[in-house]
Amino acid sequence: MAQPRQGGDGPCKALIRGVGTLLWVFASIASAWSASPLPTTGATPQEALAKAPGPGKSTADHSKFKELQGPFKTGSDVTKACLSCHTEAAKQVMSTRHWTWEYTNPDTGQKLGKKTMLNSFCIGDRSNEAFCQSCHVGYGWKDDKFDFHAESKVDCLVCHHTGGYKKPAGMAGEVPTERTELPPGSGKFIDPVDLAMVAQHIGKTSTATCGSCHYNGGGGDGVKHGDLDSSLDRATPELDVHMASKASGGAGFTCATCHQADGHQIAGSRISMTAADPHGPILRGDTVHAGRNAATCQSCHGDKPHRQPSLAVGLLNNHTSKLACQSCHIPSFARGGITTKMGWDWSTAGRLSPQGKPIQVKDDKGHVIYDSKKGDFKLGENVVPDYVWFNGKVTYTTQEDKIDPTRVVKVNTFHGGPDDPDARIWPVKRFEGQQPYDKQHLQLLVPHTATPDDTAFWFNFDWPKALKAGAEATGKPFSGDYGFVKTEMLWPITHMVAPAKDVVACASCHTSAAQSRLGDLPGVYLPGRDHHPWVDRLGWLAVLGAAAGVLVHALARVMNHIRHGKGH
Amino acid sequence: MDVVTPNLDAKPGRIYLYKRYERFWHWSQALLVLTMLATGFEIHGSYQLLGFEPAVRLHTLAAWALLTLWAFTIFWQFTTGEWRQYLPTHKKVVAMAVYYGWGMFRGAPHPFHKTVQKKHNPLQRLAYLALLAMISPLIWGSGLLYLFRAVWPELGIDRWLTLEWVAWAHTAGAFLMLAFVVVHVYLTTTGHTLTAHIKAMITGWDEVPEDV
Repeated sequence: MAQPRQGGDGPCKALIRGVGTLLWVFASIASAWSASPLPTTGATPQEALAKAPGPGKSTADHSKFKELQGPFKTGSDVTKACLSCHTEAAKQVMSTRHWTWEYTNPDTGQKLGKKTMLNSFCIGDRSNEAFCQSCHVGYGWKDDKFDFHAESKVDCLVCHHTGGYKKPAGMAGEVPTERTELPPGSGKFIDPVDLAMVAQHIGKTSTATCGSCHYNGGGGDGVKHGDLDSSLDRATPELDVHMASKASGGAGFTCATCHQADGHQIAGSRISMTAADPHGPILRGDTVHAGRNAATCQSCHGDKPHRQPSLAVGLLNNHTSKLACQSCHIPSFARGGITTKMGWDWSTAGRLSPQGKPIQVKDDKGHVIYDSKKGDFKLGENVVPDYVWFNGKVTYTTQEDKIDPTRVVKVNTFHGGPDDPDARIWPVKRFEGQQPYDKQHLQLLVPHTATPDDTAFWFNFDWPKALKAGAEATGKPFSGDYGFVKTEMLWPITHMVAPAKDVVACASCHTSAAQSRLGDLPGVYLPGRDHHPWVDRLGWLAVLGAAAGVLVHALARVMNHIRHGKGH
Repeated sequence: MDVVTPNLDAKPGRIYLYKRYERFWHWSQALLVLTMLATGFEIHGSYQLLGFEPAVRLHTLAAWALLTLWAFTIFWQFTTGEWRQYLPTHKKVVAMAVYYGWGMFRGAPHPFHKTVQKKHNPLQRLAYLALLAMISPLIWGSGLLYLFRAVWPELGIDRWLTLEWVAWAHTAGAFLMLAFVVVHVYLTTTGHTLTAHIKAMITGWDEVPEDV
């Protein structure tokens, strides 16, 4: 039985000592708690994915191969030389979307791929092949006569060169082997490529080779995706922890480190995404998880990546059942100093100078915000993404679909909702377009724009001609009655992963709907944002009632004391 | 039950009511409950004070600390027999209510005299029992479910329960606790002096007023 101590050590002091002990215990737990959590379990992905041998470690020095001594007259000649050893390479490439530009959505049967898909940027590839196809992984696709079975037309170098190789837009993917005027009659000349030199120095793909096309979708650096632009070639860890070089403190990833190819089949695609990957990391020799997408965060980090003290009972890891990793770990996109287009209004295109010349208008930072060829642009930098439920399935509005011009036309639709086990909350770039459609047929139109002739919009600024040519090339009717409809397009945000210190703060979402990044996104109970109105009303009523009762009682006591000097 | 042996501090008109552990328990629990109220309502979105993340961290820590404290206290209650202090009685309940509502304004004597065996008045016993039997289970039940949300799938709990319901229950419990704290703190002023009850809870010694 506890007894009060005698002498100087009174009960008060004992109490203080007790409370002090308790505080010390809390402090110890607190300091253990705040020890910074590591981002991964077990070996870090950096360790696990020790960089594959670079050119210096390859067992083959291609510059010593007699097949590659050249000279080569065409790109196809180089390809034939490659195929004399790499016998199956062309067949592999030709089975991929990089070659076919075709894809059938397994969920809807919808025919997609760059051949047929529309977007809200340059809109469509048909009738502009010679321009767009400079990013086709082949030589010479300029119209529908291109032979998709000719192995020598595969371009090995565009992905595997280590420098000195460039295919200008407008040459249908051909590589210039002599000094060429482009466009013809423009007085601008392109230097030839030394094919033998390039062929002898081939290597693994790099951010530069992938980026030469994937950074420039939509007609320029960073235009389309928002999370992919040339700043990633020289990324700081703040821009992308994985892609920053090891020297700068990053992990030194190239694109292919995550987008691992298997027989030229490359993991990860925005047309058919893996929105949820609730599994541990993929290990070497792992057969259980065979067939999983290698490009997900979870394929290295697993689905329980946060190390927290056990007292937190998996608080952060629990978020992975609702959120994509990207939602917290990519605080904003277009962070590398290169703007991305957030909006594009084709309806204003064609405005010319008084002299009848095309014009460009720039903002005060020197970025083009109006171009006679293209219309008005809205640009963004350090853009906070929107957030949507997404299960990886995307459907597209194609030219087969009738549109309702009174509403914003969704060029693509991200599917999934809170009740879908495959869906997570994803960050997206929400792009606002305004693009031509046929008012009679209620279909989106593809304009002929880019290759110089008398119908191309960029050279004639004549919508009816350009739309007619585009309709003919796509095999669609054109009534001649056209207008511009507001469109919207979503782009998943998955690159530009920030270091842990820059992660989206808890309070960025856990706050009132007006301030929360998630707004009023349904399907989650978000502490700090959500409450039951009646629990709160009745609760405050109970508290205020208690306070009021106490106050009245206290007042009565005070009054009574003043009047009678009695009572307590 | 043991009886406190009077010691040198004992004087006529004083009884040693709250033992050292009891006082330690009471005040550390008070500190933790206030901490959890303050951080809890911040997490709820009622105001901003520490920031959401620190509030969550402190709230969770305080919960673990209070669980630990309770583990010791339950042990203490049963080994000392003090748990009997919380058994309800119907005797003098009405008298107490009449005293608070009428008698204390007229200078009527307190209908209940504290003893070491009965340190809570009948209304207090009822209030603490309600706290123990209703508010605590509501807060702790919902709070532990909240804290252990990550293991719901393994236990199959998410098949029949949503976080929404748990959060609502937890919030309701918090409001009741806050109301309790308001009344409890006020009633400490109803001793024979305004601070008599608080002094007793600090020193352990309850001074019996001379007119009794």
